[in-house]
Amino acid sequence: MRDSETKVFPRKRIRFHIFVFLFPALLVYTLFMMFPIFDSLRISFYVMDANRIPRFAGLDNYAELLSTPKWREDLLNALRNSSVFFIINFCVQNPVALFLAALLATKTRGGATYRALLYAPTTLSLVVVGFVWQMLLNPIWGIVKTPLEAVGLPYHPWLGLESTALIAMALISSWQYIGVPILLYYTALIAIPEQLIEAAHIDGASGWKIFWTIKFPLILPVAGVISIMTYIFNFNAFDIIYALKGPLAGPNLSTDTMMSFFYRTFFGHEFQQPNPEMGAAIAGLILCILLVGVLIYYFWQKKIENYEL
Amino acid sequence: MKTVVANRWASAGKHAVLIAFSFLAIFPVFIIIMNSFKTRAAIFANPYKLPGSGTFSLAGYEAVHGQSDFLMYYKNSLIITIVSIILITLFASMVAFCLSEYKFRGNGFFYIFFILGLLIPIRLGSVSLLDMMVSMQLVGTLLALILVYIAQGLSLAVLVLTQFMRSIPKSIKEAARIEGAGEYKIYLLTVPLIKPALATVAVFTIIPIWNDIWFPLILAPGEATRTVTLGAQQFLGQFSSDWNAVLAALSMSIVPIFIMFFVFSKQIMSGLTSGSVK
Repeated sequence: MRDSETKVFPRKRIRFHIFVFLFPALLVYTLFMMFPIFDSLRISFYVMDANRIPRFAGLDNYAELLSTPKWREDLLNALRNSSVFFIINFCVQNPVALFLAALLATKTRGGATYRALLYAPTTLSLVVVGFVWQMLLNPIWGIVKTPLEAVGLPYHPWLGLESTALIAMALISSWQYIGVPILLYYTALIAIPEQLIEAAHIDGASGWKIFWTIKFPLILPVAGVISIMTYIFNFNAFDIIYALKGPLAGPNLSTDTMMSFFYRTFFGHEFQQPNPEMGAAIAGLILCILLVGVLIYYFWQKKIENYEL
Repeated sequence: MKTVVANRWASAGKHAVLIAFSFLAIFPVFIIIMNSFKTRAAIFANPYKLPGSGTFSLAGYEAVHGQSDFLMYYKNSLIITIVSIILITLFASMVAFCLSEYKFRGNGFFYIFFILGLLIPIRLGSVSLLDMMVSMQLVGTLLALILVYIAQGLSLAVLVLTQFMRSIPKSIKEAARIEGAGEYKIYLLTVPLIKPALATVAVFTIIPIWNDIWFPLILAPGEATRTVTLGAQQFLGQFSSDWNAVLAALSMSIVPIFIMFFVFSKQIMSGLTSGSVK
């Protein structure tokens, strides 16, 4: 019975199944993920008039953001801070993670334990991690201060100073998430066939030379994936800043990133009315920034050589 | 002989470096948890010492318990996380089965459509999401968070599960089909075969949901729907001078997720490094 049905109405039967399998995911995903992204962009083209009625204004919000001194100053400050946040994460995580992954990729007793311990902090919330470090850096408690001064190194309340708060937070964030690039580099390194390395050894290549001429080109695609992940993730930086500094990203906006700027503008706080339309415009700008990164990554990874192992 | 000695030194050096970094990864968390069980005097006098008979104290936990409703925060976080994770794995495995099993027009499009969410942070749609939740009267409910987290988690789940579904031999499904099983039955037969992938997806999806502060802050900031992460943030901001309470609140946010991690760490690690272990 079933068989004859399939033969007579093959297309129809298959189509209905496909619909049932896709429908729930498609509904939730479209409604609460894709639609809001595009709808936010739409909202960014509107302004509220005096009677709180939205009026289409084209690119007015974007123009105001880029040209009014008040907005532009905050925007450039947030953009600069977000870039610094990303660059610090990128420059700290990649070398350290690659180094540790290279150590782990050689036969290591207890390798799995090391990997688990190094990965453990990534499971915590950046909110909690921020507070943990705020406690450790607190001079009254002296967990960091006492040992530093014991060996003659300087101590400053790094999280509190205008000149260092952002850097300290970026370093805390790199500390927390370094487990991810370690594991990705590790995975790439152990995938390199043993024979390849042995052959190079027999040819008299040094460990250093083997790394740069054989291993490095092979892990370059992974480095690319890690870079774009770091980029997207860090232009999203918000949690630690909000947790430790609140919506005003103090001291004196020195830790204000694009995301906290977006939040403050869209949601408002004690001293500022919420402005969803302008917030949506900031989100639109962040989207453009991310898109630029993704495009750079896309063309770069097409250009580099991918080796089949 | 010389190389053996050299190797031994190299190995010792390697372990020294790895131990140092592992220590750096764990020590901050360890010292917080350890001190949360001490008296206020002992926290300051001997921060590096384990709690002993004279210094052990649960004052911090009592303070947290008295001044906030952490048990309710746990309940909220658990409800959100468990419901989200069940629906994410269910919906995503259906999509994965469908995309890997049937050839139809739009197959490739749907795959890309779902994966796109990995590149676009859902937070950028918050302005519209809040509008929607207001008009659906869902602001301040756990359901609002659950819906957003399902949408957010589907991308990774579809990506991972589709890879795994594709690796399941056609012959199993064909055999079931010949025996007269319907397509839904075949889906149900296939799901147990990707259990390891489901577990990996579950763990990796739980972590960002449990740890999120953005959407609780925007969609459900009220006391009744507060999650552990938001609750901890508000509590820590408010009682920052009560050291015992702060340490206890931090420990209470850290410990459950750490327990989950160390219970599933083998699964997580092999999930991350899958495909490369030969």
